This record gives sequence, C-alpha cells and structure tokens, in this order.
Amino acid sequence: MNDNRRYIIQIAIALVAIIYLVKLFFIQVLDPSYKFAADNNIIQRVDEYPYRGLIYDRNEKLIVYNNPVYDLMVVPKEVKVKDTLFFCSLFNITLEDYKTRLQAAKDYSYVKPSVFIKQLSNKDFAAAQDFFVDFPGFYIQARTVRSYPFPILANALGYIGETSRRELDRDSSKYYKKRDYIGKSGLELKYEKQLRGRRGVQYRMVNVRGVEKGRFKQGEYDTTSIPGNNLISTIDVELQRYAETLLKGKVGSIVAIEPATGEILAMVSGPSYDPNLLTGREYGNNFGALVKDSLNPLFNRALQGQFPPGSIFKIAQALVALQEGVITPDTRIPCNRSIINCHGAHSFEDLKGAITNSCNPYFRNVYQRVLNQNLSPNTFIDTELGLEIWRKHIMSFGFGSKLGIDLPNEKGGYIPTVALYDRIYGDNQWKYSTIYSNSIGQGEVQVVPLQMANFAATVANRGYYLRPHLIKAIGENQQPLPEYQEKIYTSVERKHFDVAVNAMEEVVRSGTGQYRAKLKDIIVCGKTGTVQNSQGEDHSVFIAFAPKDNPKIAMAVYVENAGEGARAAAGITGLMIEKYINGCTDNIVQETYILKGKFIY
Amino acid sequence: MRNQEIKGNKIDWVTIVLYGVLVISGWLNIFAAVYDESLNQNIFDLSLNSGKQLLWIATSLILVVIIMAIDYKFYDSFGYVIYGTVILMLIFVLLFGREVAGSKSWFEIGSFRLQPAEFAKFAVALAMAKYLSDSSLKLTKLPVQMVIGGIIGLPAALIILQGDTGSAMVFAGFVVMLYREGFPSPPILIGLAAGAIFTLTLLVPQLYLIIAIIVIGILIIAFSKKHPKKIAIIVVGMLLVIGVVKSVDFIITDVFKPHQQNRIKALINPEADPLGYGWNVTQSKIAIGSGGFAGKGFLEGTQTKFDFVPEQSTDFIFCTIGEEHGWIGSLVIITIFIALLYRIIYIAERQKSRFSRVYGYSVASIIFFHFLVNIGMTIGLFPVVGIPLPFYSYGGSSLYAFTILLFILVKLDAHRMQMLTR
Repeated sequence: MNDNRRYIIQIAIALVAIIYLVKLFFIQVLDPSYKFAADNNIIQRVDEYPYRGLIYDRNEKLIVYNNPVYDLMVVPKEVKVKDTLFFCSLFNITLEDYKTRLQAAKDYSYVKPSVFIKQLSNKDFAAAQDFFVDFPGFYIQARTVRSYPFPILANALGYIGETSRRELDRDSSKYYKKRDYIGKSGLELKYEKQLRGRRGVQYRMVNVRGVEKGRFKQGEYDTTSIPGNNLISTIDVELQRYAETLLKGKVGSIVAIEPATGEILAMVSGPSYDPNLLTGREYGNNFGALVKDSLNPLFNRALQGQFPPGSIFKIAQALVALQEGVITPDTRIPCNRSIINCHGAHSFEDLKGAITNSCNPYFRNVYQRVLNQNLSPNTFIDTELGLEIWRKHIMSFGFGSKLGIDLPNEKGGYIPTVALYDRIYGDNQWKYSTIYSNSIGQGEVQVVPLQMANFAATVANRGYYLRPHLIKAIGENQQPLPEYQEKIYTSVERKHFDVAVNAMEEVVRSGTGQYRAKLKDIIVCGKTGTVQNSQGEDHSVFIAFAPKDNPKIAMAVYVENAGEGARAAAGITGLMIEKYINGCTDNIVQETYILKGKFIY
Repeated sequence: MRNQEIKGNKIDWVTIVLYGVLVISGWLNIFAAVYDESLNQNIFDLSLNSGKQLLWIATSLILVVIIMAIDYKFYDSFGYVIYGTVILMLIFVLLFGREVAGSKSWFEIGSFRLQPAEFAKFAVALAMAKYLSDSSLKLTKLPVQMVIGGIIGLPAALIILQGDTGSAMVFAGFVVMLYREGFPSPPILIGLAAGAIFTLTLLVPQLYLIIAIIVIGILIIAFSKKHPKKIAIIVVGMLLVIGVVKSVDFIITDVFKPHQQNRIKALINPEADPLGYGWNVTQSKIAIGSGGFAGKGFLEGTQTKFDFVPEQSTDFIFCTIGEEHGWIGSLVIITIFIALLYRIIYIAERQKSRFSRVYGYSVASIIFFHFLVNIGMTIGLFPVVGIPLPFYSYGGSSLYAFTILLFILVKLDAHRMQMLTR
C-alpha cells in the first residue's frame, strides 16, 4: 500500500537536486558579482609610489629632494596589543586617541590595511622599530615627503599635499587617489605631471589574514613605477639666499632675471616662510598658521602683487614718446611745478637730464604729447586715440597682461583703457588733464614686480625680452625648453633704447641712484621710483641692469612702505648686482644699512 | 537452501563504486582546500588534513572488511545492544568528554578523538529496523509512534545536551523512512507546511502573509462545496496558520539562542552583517559563485585556500568543489549523491525482510538529510548547521560512521535471499 511512496521520495530527492543545481547555476554562471567579490577578497592592490622628481638650481645644487617618512598602518583583524598604554606612550597618543583611530580603521575595513598614524618621523620610527613584534596588526609603510636643504624660495617652489576632494573630482584622467600627494602651488603644481612620474601597481594575493600569498596571475597585470623627472631651475641659490637675507623683515619683492635668456636668477617675496614647514606631520598646523598670518607669507608678491610702478615708468614713457616721434633726445621741457610737483634743483632739462633728475613736469608734458597728437580735432576723441596708441606700446613691454611665467596664479597688472575712463568719467568727459597721473607711474597703472624686472631686462636687451621662467630643462634631456627661446620684441625700435640706457647709467652715476646702486667696477644702469601711497609711507622701487654692455643681470626691487627708491630698493639692488657679478660684496656698511631696515628718516 | 545462499551472496558493486568515487574525490578536495602552493606540499603528508583523511580512508577499509566478515544475523540480533552501547557512550561523553568549540561531544584517547554522536546514526537505524522488523506493527498506531519517537528522541536529546544541535537535527531525516513505512502523511505535510510558512514569515512581511492566507482561505471556501463542517475546518486551519505566523517572532527571539538567531538572520539577509554573522554564508557563496561554469581548476581555488571560507575542509568542503570545478563539478557531485541515494532506495526495496528495508531507508534518510542541509547551507538555502557532507568532509568519526552505516546495508543486501520475512 505504501509502494507508491517510494516514488514520491525519489521525486522529492530529485527535486532537491534540481533546486540546488538551478541555484548553483544562478550564482556560478549567471551572476558575475561573486567573481568580483572573490577578486576583491584576495587581490590586494599595492601601489608603488614613484620617486618624485628633484629640483636643482642653475649650478646643479639640489634645492628640493625627497625624505622618507613612515606611515603606521593597521589591519584591525590582526590587532593584538597586550600593553596598550605602552603602545600609546611609544607613539605619543592618548588612550582615547588609540580607540578612535582603531575604530576609524575598522569602519574602513576590518581586513584591509589603513593608516593609523601618518608620517612618523625618522626618530619616532627608530624608537618604535624594535617593538613591532609585540604589536601584531601594525606595520610600517614608507613614503616620501619633500625636503629642502635651504629654507628659501618657498613661494616659487610651492608645496605638495594629499589630494583634496575637489582635486579628485576635477581629475578627469582618474590618475589620483585618496592619500596621493599632488602639487598644490608653485612649481610643484605647474610641473606636477613631470615631477610625479607614473605610479606602479602590484596585484598581490592575500589570505583572509592579509598574509601575502604571491602575485596575482604571476604579476601579469603589474606595472612598474616610473620615477618623476628632475627639474633644472634657473635660480641661483646663492643669489636667492642673499636676496632673502636682504629682504628679511621687510614687505616686498625682488626679481632678478638674466636678460639674454629670460632666466629668473632670484625671486623673493617677503615675508616668506621655510618650505620645510609644509612637509611632514605638522603640515596642517603650520599651514593654518601661515594662512592666519596678517602679512600673508603664502602670497607671492613677486608675481601676484599689483602696484603702481612709480618713476621707473618714466623710462617706458620716454621710449614710447621717442617711438611716436613726439620728442627727440634733445627735447627740452621746462620744469613747471605748478601742476605737478618735482624735486631737486633743475629747470630746463633734455630727456637724459629729465630721467636723471626724475623730472615730473617733463614727463607730464611728454605724456600729453603722446596722447594728444592732433589725430582728431575733438580733444576728447584725440585723447582716446592717443591712449590706444600709448597702451599698445606699453603692453608690448609686457605690462598689462600675464607674461606667462611657469608658475600658477600670475597676475597681469593693469594698463588703463578707454573703456575704463569712459566708465569712470563718462564718454567724452575725460581728456589728458584728467589722467596725467599715469605719466609718472601713478594713477590707474598697475604692474607686477616680475613685469618691472622683465622691463629692466627688455631695456638691457635694447628692445626685446625672453619670457621669464624658472625651469630651463626637464629630466635627462638637458636641452633648454623651446618655449623660452623666442625673442619677444617691443613696438619701440632698437635705436631709441640707447638714450634710455645712457640715461639710466647717468641715474646711477650722478642721479638718484648714485648713493646706493653705484658700484666701483661695474657700470650699473638703473632708475629709482618712489611710489606715493595714501595709506602710509611711500613704496621704495628700483629697477636696474648691469653691466651696461652685455648685461648679466636685470632686476626690480619693490619694498613696501620703505620711503624713497634711492634707499632700500637701490641699496638692495646694488648689493645683489655686486654679489652676482663679483661673487661677493665687501660693502659692509650698505649691507648693515639694509639689514637694519630703517629707511624712513 | 545452499544454492540460495550462493545465489544471494552478491555484493552490490554499484554502491561500492559510488562510495569509492565519493571518498576519493573527497580526499582530493580536502587536499585542495588546505593546499598552499608556497610550501610545496604533498597530498600524503600526515601533518595535512589530506594525509590524515587518507589514513581514515585506509582504516575505513579495515572496518569494511570486518563488517563484511561478521555474520549478517549479528546486526539483527544485536541491534538493541548496539543502540544501548551508543546511548551509554553518549551519556559518558556528557560526563567525561572534552569540550571542543562549545560542544562537549568528543572522547579523547591520546591524540585520537572520537565523536559518539556520529555513531548514533547507524545505531538508531539498527534499532529502528529491529523494532519495525515486526511487520504487524502499524505506524498509524499511536503507541508505535511513541516508541519510534523514543528511539529517535533519546539520542537526539543527549546530543542536544552536548551542545551539538546540528547533529541532533539529523534524526529528523528519519521522517523519510517513516513515511515509506506507512507513517500517516498529514502530520508530515503539516510539519512541512509549518516549516514553509515559518520560512516565508522570515522573508515576507507578516501583514502581507496574513492577508494572503485569508485570501487563499476565502478562495478555497468560494470554490469548494459549501459544507458547514468543511468551512469550519478551513477557518480553523486559517487561524492556526496565522497563529504560526504570529508566533515566529516569539520563537526566534525567545526560544532560539543568539547564535542560532544569527544563523537564521544570515540565511535571510547575509549582507546585513557580512563581517559578522553573515560571514560564513557570504564567503561560502563567493567561493562557489566565483567558480563559474567550469571552475578555476584543481588547486587553483583562492577563496578556500586563503581561508576566506571557514571550516573549508569539513562542513564547507562543497565550496572547494564549487570554486575549483565550477557548475559542472557541482553537477557531477550532486549527481553522484543522487545516484547513491537512488541505488540505496533500490536496494532497500529489493529486500525481502522488513528489517533490511527499514535499515536501507534509514541509510538513505540520513545521507539525504546531510546532503540537503550541508549543500543547502553552502549556497545560502539553509541556515548554517555544522554537519558534514557524507564520505566527503574531512574527519575520521564522520567517515567511519557513514562507512559503517553504508556497509551494514551492503552486507545485509548481500544476504537478502537468506533474510526471510518474519
């Protein structure tokens, strides 16, 4: 009677087998997610960080290198620390801290490693090294941070840091990952692609305890890392150090350029900071302090500060007027001090004399001649046309737009336009007499210290400049970079420059520059500037190049609130030119004067 | 008589071949589960599970010879004695046993360990066969049912006391044999239905389930003859089912121990806590699922080898098959088990004595239950219950117990012509 039950049992058994095989078919054949999960289990991606490129100065002195730091890593599953207090004391953390850090690691992954303490110093690592046997679950991963043998050039070099959320979002190539280092500013940012090299990756197999079990597929998918390229900088470390020393305690900037190449020999923004502050464990704290500093040391004044140029602008005005043919070197103009004040005893100078004495009424008149050339009977329209002509010439010196230096965040300065004055005063509501302040480098003209130095180099070259730059060669290939070989000519012909050069020579020989920029055996050509400042003391400005023939160095110094250009700026310029050309300076008196920094008296 | 004896003395080689295939492939898979490429291991190495398993296999063959040598009448005559001995062992192990992983179910003699619960299976099978060999006993009768309950319940209770609920659950498998022997089907169906509803309650929100039950009830009433008595029965049945549904929460939170609750939670939703209670099921499915259609190849598995799957050479040995041999490998192994079960049923059915038939079905019941639960748990269709895959999983006690279980049947079958119905 129960014989048919045999078949029911057999059917039930077969049914179970079929259900199991169907389920197995689903998870084994149809659903790929288990395969990913399996790879995820056993494959540990180990990044091989490439060595970031080093940076050398023009004489192959190392200025940026890599220093190993040690990240303390943890695998929560493996952690067996018997003496937690000892552990905490060894790494200088509190018990609370220990717990929160461990919890954070657990939240990330129970079996995968994560960072427990970032960037232990060499010293901390050495102290803890012997005790790692007692701390299963903890191990050390070496990484490198930047280091600087000289505490200089911080603003130009920039710094690196771990990638931010925003940087990761913006990275369309998807190269960067969390915790990767990336150039944040300066050369580190500009040359990030060349410096970083290419990350390598190893796929290792690990068991459930994270113990390595060999390469995945015998390393078929592994790639080796390619180290970053070294950069050869144009900076002269000795000159840069000297410049930073001279600018210590002052607010301002110094830019020195080799005129023949456009290579920047020194670039200082003061106050600056020791670049070593922005590496290693204290990065966060130090960065916060620098950001809060009211003098803003992270701000690179040399290419981000925009200032009225002051009297140094008279050189440019003279060159434009000569080119336009509205004056000749022999043009004499009376020093009529009724509209604009002047200084020194002089009354009826020619061009050279006017430059030497920095005669304000002379250049007010010169500017008028440039702007009002009787191109239109309407004086308003005539001024507009004149301003356009003037602006075109001035811009050809590299003013009013970015020069294209190989650093991020460069500012372009400002050369006023017709549109600006129309906006301020209304159409046909302004003429020469409204805007004459521009003639002596005040008014609406704004230039960047880098542009001033570039202008000095342009005059030194008698009519052209090469794009100023900080890096001249990349990697093994020591060839100069082609983008910096092009001579950029101004709209002023070469023949007009000799007058300007001679005048600048005279400035230093017998004029406003004679006291502090004159050197015994080097002919220095320069021009002072004292920029009126409604907020406080005047700014001290000086541009110069030397020697007069075959110039080796052209530079601009801008010291804020330091009074006359003939004092601080000219003094620094004289010392630096001597230092660069002669290799040293024995002008102790002037050095002491500059270092003391008392320019207002 | 003598003629008959010779004619009947046929050993069933099909069963033996299937046994051999399972044992050997089990041994190979155990090696694969513990294999570590970097250590240049040998499958015969006695420090490895595979080496030890080979030792168990070899000694099992000695057991086979002994079983085959003993007079077939011994198993019938000494059925109760063997049962009694095993019950005593179960009591002793409670008193003097060694605790391993929360269960006090091991005897330890030197380095040799023995788990008496494994041997309770064939002892109960023999006792049941002995008791039911009286063909006048009807399984529909309550006294008979109570005796059967006692025979199964006593060792089961002792094993639960040891803390090894999994091994105790195996006795539920006897229901297959009892069904074949005429146990009334309504209680079995009700039991299965209750189990199904219980599982559904865990998967489907209670409210939906209750609504569904009421709708089904109304439909049955609507489409059947509207006999008042019948309607009453259906309504009562509906209320009972709803009662079961409502009781699930209570059972889970108040009756089950926390680790048992977790195993049920892991079955329903292992992703809720993949590193905690869901770990075993999640990793087991990953290992099997990553095998694909044809598998990664012998010794090429990663999930089992690198210890992501727990107990990979014992309870979760099926993961190694799934990972290294893929769906095809799983198909082959499942087919072999089904073939063995069908063969055992075939053998049981050809017995002339009820003793042998009951014993045969008991063997099928136990093996089927192990197969059902063990493979079911590795693919997430059953809660994790720590019972081995017969002939396959690593472990001496388990292999010995299944070998004895199976070969007593082979011995009985060889003498089926002499075993006359009583």
